[in-house]
Amino acid sequence: MTSHFLLLLLFAFLVSIVFAVLMRDEPRQQVRTAAVMFAGFVVTAVVLGWLMYPLPL
Amino acid sequence: MAGKTTTADSARASAEPGTLTLVCVLGWAIPGGAHFWLGRRQKSAVFFVVLTLMFAIGLLLQGRLFSFDFSEPLGALAAFADAGLGAPWIVARVLGAGAGEVRATTFEYGNTFLIVAGLLNYLVVLDAYDIAVGRK
Repeated sequence: MTSHFLLLLLFAFLVSIVFAVLMRDEPRQQVRTAAVMFAGFVVTAVVLGWLMYPLPL
Repeated sequence: MAGKTTTADSARASAEPGTLTLVCVLGWAIPGGAHFWLGRRQKSAVFFVVLTLMFAIGLLLQGRLFSFDFSEPLGALAAFADAGLGAPWIVARVLGAGAGEVRATTFEYGNTFLIVAGLLNYLVVLDAYDIAVGRK
């Protein structure tokens, strides 16, 4: 698997789960926190990616 | 309210230094092991599956398990992070896995998965410590 975006999704998914389970005790809250965090990771990555797009690197 | 004890008080009272050390070592060696020991079975299962999976994905993506070479400070820091996963890290080192293929497209992704898995396990150990001393 070499798709950068799929790897990003996978990474964000797994990290969100760990953080959510660390932060919350109730399974329902854990799922909600993980979903919010996952969305936050993905949106932030896409926004930062577009912001960096014009940079001459 | 003298004389009344809470759950946190009793947890604090039972948190002997030896037990705390055991909890931390167990949590480091087996991802989620400390939470299992402390009776948090659901959390334990999630940590074990997710962190081990992240480590395995890191190896599959041809990431490198860094060595403690202090002439390269960043490499040594990465090695410290990698070592956070305990038993899977030891097994991988013994088996010679994690040599890393710099030319692979996924090399940096692999490193990221390996490093973050280890760092997350350190956080999991700290969480277990907090539970053991009654802070959570």
